[in-house]
Amino acid sequence: MAPLSYYFILSALLFTVGTVGVLIRKNPLIVFMSIELMLNAANLSFASFARAQNLMAGQVIAFFVIAIAAAEVVVGLAIILSIYRTRQSVDVDDLNVLKG
Amino acid sequence: MVLFLLLAIVSVAASIAMITARNSIHSALFLVVNFFCLSVLYLTLNAEFLAAVQIVVYAGAIMVLFLFVITLLNPGREESSDRLTGQRPIAFALGLALLAEIALLLSQSSLRERLGTFPPAAPFLEQVQSKISGQPTAPVGNVQAVGIELFTTYLLPFEIVSLVLLLAVIGAVVLAKRQLR
Repeated sequence: MAPLSYYFILSALLFTVGTVGVLIRKNPLIVFMSIELMLNAANLSFASFARAQNLMAGQVIAFFVIAIAAAEVVVGLAIILSIYRTRQSVDVDDLNVLKG
Repeated sequence: MVLFLLLAIVSVAASIAMITARNSIHSALFLVVNFFCLSVLYLTLNAEFLAAVQIVVYAGAIMVLFLFVITLLNPGREESSDRLTGQRPIAFALGLALLAEIALLLSQSSLRERLGTFPPAAPFLEQVQSKISGQPTAPVGNVQAVGIELFTTYLLPFEIVSLVLLLAVIGAVVLAKRQLR
């Protein structure tokens, strides 16, 4: 079995890739996917902590994170859809006015 | 160890491919590859319930929703060029800085001592059991252990999460309606 620190290194790598994805992409769907990637990286850390400390809490929190991520995706995609309906574009650089 | 390295390489490669792919459908499919790798990693961490939830909720429900919205929004459009000059190099520099910070944190010996290494598998199942019944019973699986924790210690957060999901559904319906009057 790989040592605990390897899991944290992998988690850090995935989180960094997610962060860079949020920063460089213009398509809000891919920005959302990068956020999902970051949540997954955090979940991996929670699961490894749960395994290392023999606590169930890490797995339960990871489960909560997954549930909240589902709620967040539903609302976010609905917002993207309604933006597309009013502006015919989903490029994040075009979204520079607050008025709908 | 070999399994971990294989999964790590595949998942990092899939995530990099996800943020660089031109086509958003390809990005979504690379993300699914990444989710499957993470699911197997959860199995190696004795988190069978999380592995199943990862497949069912993420790869099953969330990614189908993503693919549905991508096909609805007419993909294949080129992204506009950077409006902020030098956005890409700055983003890469900031990402590298973040990685360096985490690496610095992990390399500190005090943290590593506190984290330690993996103990032998699955004594926490017995912990949960003895908390419930006070006496050793038949061995329970990971799903049962998660369920027991979820419905005793974390009952209030569990109910709050169900409320949050309900609110998200209502919000999505309101936002996606054709016109509000």
